[in-house]
Amino acid sequence: MSEIKPTLKQRFDRWMIRHGRVLVIGLPYLWLFLFFLVPFLIVLKISFATAEYAQPPYSALFQWVDEGVNVAINFGNYLFLLSDSLYITAYLNSIRIAAISTVITLLIGYPMAYGIARAKGSTRNLLLMLVILPFWTSFLIRVYAWIGILDREGLINAALMGMHIISEPLIMRQTEFAVYIGIVYTYLPFMILPLYSTLEKMDGSLLEAALDLGCKPWKAFLKITLPLSMPGVLAGSLLVFIPAVGEFVIPELLGGPNTLMIGRTLWNEFFSNRDWPIASSVAIAMLIFLVVPIMYFQHIQGKTEEAGK
Amino acid sequence: MSGKRSIFLTSALCFGFAFLYVPILLVIIYSFNEGKLVTVWAGFSTKWYVELFQDDGMIDAAWNSLRIGVMSATLALAIGTPAGLVMSRFGRFKTRTMFSGMIAAPLVMPDVITGLSLLLLFVTMEQLIGWPEGRGMTTIVIAHTTFCAAYVAVVVQSRLAGMDSSIEEAAMDLGAKPTKIFFLITLPMILPALMAGWLLSFTLSLDDLVISSFVAGPGSTTLPMKVFSSVRLGVSPEINALATLIIVAISILIIIASILVMRSERQRSRQAQDSVDVSI
Repeated sequence: MSEIKPTLKQRFDRWMIRHGRVLVIGLPYLWLFLFFLVPFLIVLKISFATAEYAQPPYSALFQWVDEGVNVAINFGNYLFLLSDSLYITAYLNSIRIAAISTVITLLIGYPMAYGIARAKGSTRNLLLMLVILPFWTSFLIRVYAWIGILDREGLINAALMGMHIISEPLIMRQTEFAVYIGIVYTYLPFMILPLYSTLEKMDGSLLEAALDLGCKPWKAFLKITLPLSMPGVLAGSLLVFIPAVGEFVIPELLGGPNTLMIGRTLWNEFFSNRDWPIASSVAIAMLIFLVVPIMYFQHIQGKTEEAGK
Repeated sequence: MSGKRSIFLTSALCFGFAFLYVPILLVIIYSFNEGKLVTVWAGFSTKWYVELFQDDGMIDAAWNSLRIGVMSATLALAIGTPAGLVMSRFGRFKTRTMFSGMIAAPLVMPDVITGLSLLLLFVTMEQLIGWPEGRGMTTIVIAHTTFCAAYVAVVVQSRLAGMDSSIEEAAMDLGAKPTKIFFLITLPMILPALMAGWLLSFTLSLDDLVISSFVAGPGSTTLPMKVFSSVRLGVSPEINALATLIIVAISILIIIASILVMRSERQRSRQAQDSVDVSI
């Protein structure tokens, strides 16, 4: 017996050492590639198709005919988006509403995050828990809660009329105001958590030194605290802004028929008009706008991860 | 000076938490309202809970959602854990930027885009290879797994980033096989993160309306879809009751989980302390 034949287990181990790394990278890579990246290419492809009464309801882009491939690319969907003011209005509205809500969320979230970061040990954990808890409870239910409050026959109107402050109910639901409340309310934890994690890590001695040297508190805040917490401000703002642009549930449940937002337009094109190609081109138009903030978000994520090492 | 600041911060916290919690508390209170109107208190009653449990459509949808949630969260753990490991322990490789992009982007991607793109993928796949046949639970589970895996990856990655890799390196130097290192050292260390990731995925899946609506088929109505179609018509006390049950269930789950995590952390630090003592 000059050579010992490797057992099956040994062979497996050897194979794992050689290929294990590829295997560990491969599984998530393949899954995300197939179910996250490829779908966008298909959306892009179908945005150039024509709507048809068929199953599925769009034309084929490539057709095999006798003399070769027949390519039928239809730019009509995009021209239609540009020509109909409805889409442009919805697009601009979404960006405006998302931007204003992000600013309001930041204004409410920053002092909260600062207060939590300054709190003592056990109080701090409790406060943090109180921020995280609503984030775990159902999004849909948190939006729903505001219907009962803002409605024409809702709690605010009932209270104000009961106290004879107003005689006619205020119209609050089905307005843009209600959409702002909905977005700020549901996305607030997303703003507080990244802010908290940068504020918590901040070195307090810089601030103390500035105050000792006679710097005014608000000036010290503007010169030291705010710039140091900028990564948190940016991460939190992007976590609110990007999904808010495409928000569907909040404008649908709290906004009025005039509160046009791009996510809602996409939904209606798809479910009500069954026009899949137009819905796809709306999605692509939204993505083109969001690509820069999304890549910037990825960049920040990468940086915080490097810093954590 | 600092007194003024702390008054400002305290009032900001009070206002913020009131803003976060008063609406939820109102839903809970009004779920026990006898009357059908939201604003008029007509006395205490649990009749809406009884009505809820007799609503077969609601019960079926809840079962669907729970099954989808468990399957998606488990699959997301299987895919997100290696992804998190790769991001924090594998250093640089050729297409790392694309990989990290595919993990970061699902966290912020608007649901309508994710939903539409996955539906179009499923339709195209069915045309090309005949699978998945139609849409239903399977397609919802695939869709949920995809965005939940990204969350799991981030949770696992941040846990690993905050941890010393010297034990793993020592084991590697002593000749332990990578699989053995993973199961004996890395896995026990990231167990709290895995638990948090699973739970997060489960609740995200349970909560998703938009993506499910795109990729659902007949017979796979989930709880949020059912709730949404009834909420569209206005406030209903039955939904208040359902909301209360969900809030209570999730709160209990979170509190239990955080107690478990805290306990395991304490145990770990105690063990570490013991081993240090022994070595001294």
